[in-house]
Amino acid sequence: MADYDAIVVGAGLSGSTAAYCMAKAGLSVLVIERGEAVGSKNVTGGRLYSHSLEKIFPGFADSAPVERKIVKERISMMTAESCFTVEFASDRLKNPASASYSVMRANFDPWLAAKAEEAGCDVVCPAVADDLLRDGDKIIGIRAGEDELTSDVVLLADGVNSLLGQKAGMKEELSPHQVAVGCKEIVELPKGAINERFGLNDGEGVAHLFAGTPSNALVGGGFLYTNKDTVSIGLVMTVGGLTTSSLRLPDLMEAFRESAPVKPLLAGGTVVEYAAHLVPEGGLRMIPTLSRDNVLLLGDAAGFCLNLAYTVRGMDYAIASGQLAAETVIEAREKNDFSNAVLSGYVSRLEKSYVLKDMKTHKHAPAFIEHTKRLYKAYPELAANVLADIFTVSGPSRLIIRKTLPKIFKAGPFGLLMDGLKGSRAL
Amino acid sequence: MNVAQKLSLNKFVVDEGNPHIVIHPEKMDAETIKALTVVCPAGLYTLDEKGTLAFEFAGCLECGTCRVATAHKPGAMEWNHPRPSFGVQYRWG
Repeated sequence: MADYDAIVVGAGLSGSTAAYCMAKAGLSVLVIERGEAVGSKNVTGGRLYSHSLEKIFPGFADSAPVERKIVKERISMMTAESCFTVEFASDRLKNPASASYSVMRANFDPWLAAKAEEAGCDVVCPAVADDLLRDGDKIIGIRAGEDELTSDVVLLADGVNSLLGQKAGMKEELSPHQVAVGCKEIVELPKGAINERFGLNDGEGVAHLFAGTPSNALVGGGFLYTNKDTVSIGLVMTVGGLTTSSLRLPDLMEAFRESAPVKPLLAGGTVVEYAAHLVPEGGLRMIPTLSRDNVLLLGDAAGFCLNLAYTVRGMDYAIASGQLAAETVIEAREKNDFSNAVLSGYVSRLEKSYVLKDMKTHKHAPAFIEHTKRLYKAYPELAANVLADIFTVSGPSRLIIRKTLPKIFKAGPFGLLMDGLKGSRAL
Repeated sequence: MNVAQKLSLNKFVVDEGNPHIVIHPEKMDAETIKALTVVCPAGLYTLDEKGTLAFEFAGCLECGTCRVATAHKPGAMEWNHPRPSFGVQYRWG
């Protein structure tokens, strides 16, 4: 008899969601977490699209430690001398079914893990699952230091670096083209100053993405999210592109923070933390083997993340994958069959849900984002130059079309058209 | 504010004498070594005046970027999570 029905490795969003749902159904569940406290090894940009968690905990945002509800979206295209920003603010962003919230994982993850604990799970931290426990070829649990713990099924929710996913033979080594590295400063500012600078009411927030100079023409961009009384400011760069960079990532980060559009937003603020994390951005092509006898892969470990340039999602998919993994394990418990015959039902559930459907819909997005280099230099420059011509007045005027056409021709109208067509099928 | 100053704001518990990442520069080519000095968000990979690669594990943010950047060079590094209770402890994350 195994120690537990299920052992979950990692108390992030996918792991704790799965643990909660399994425990609710009466299964015995152990969650093992390597952080000193739950959440202390986890990082987001970032924002949580609430729909998937809303299905499990309706109205969760009223009691969960979210930071601000995102009611304003901004995208900026930056050049060395200009910044062109699009802003969208709407009551439609506030709809509970589609709302999103800025969150801090060191605060948010303990809340979710506590829900799992209340439902009856054992949550153990800090403990590192060093290896899988095997009986012949069969995986029967995990080893953590001196301890050997057995279970009918092991849920690997151990994050983007998922060393255990590799040891289970389900994942290849990550490729530099499939992952991006994000780095982020947390800057403390009084709540009132954040409200004033960003034009927000209490509890409301902005999500702001930046393309162009922040990534120094490489694949990537900057981001800013407002939290209650801090601002998250950071850069995300594809590792493959970054390896060719002439500037170090910490120096790019510093230049972004000191850039003209960003600096005044953070003026007088105090940096209180500097974090970094990998983001799986390879899309459908990097999805590993998701199920095998006695093992499932969840969340970032499974590569469930989507970067569409104008929005980045991962945490909502992680939560959905946790719920679907739990449903599958509950079925396996009923049938007392933890072989892949039943556990592969996890993959079918993912395929029927938006998790893998979205990955398929946007299967061309990762290549488009990586190979369309003009997104990171030529187009921000084009936008800036056109607008500079429109808005600078120094005497005689010309028709807008006469100002803009030469610049569009210089940028390459054919390339622009092709990129537009490719982008429309990818994003 | 440089990256060393930023790292000094973080909470770290250093596992003295027990680095969770061990590098083997002799298994890397010049390009890989250069890449490590560029991609690490904490700037922990540096070259000395002789061009030898050095790594300081104490300020590691545990992102895994160095692991990915050297994935094509087998044996270039041993990358593990720090032992329980050690490493970075994010207070915001």
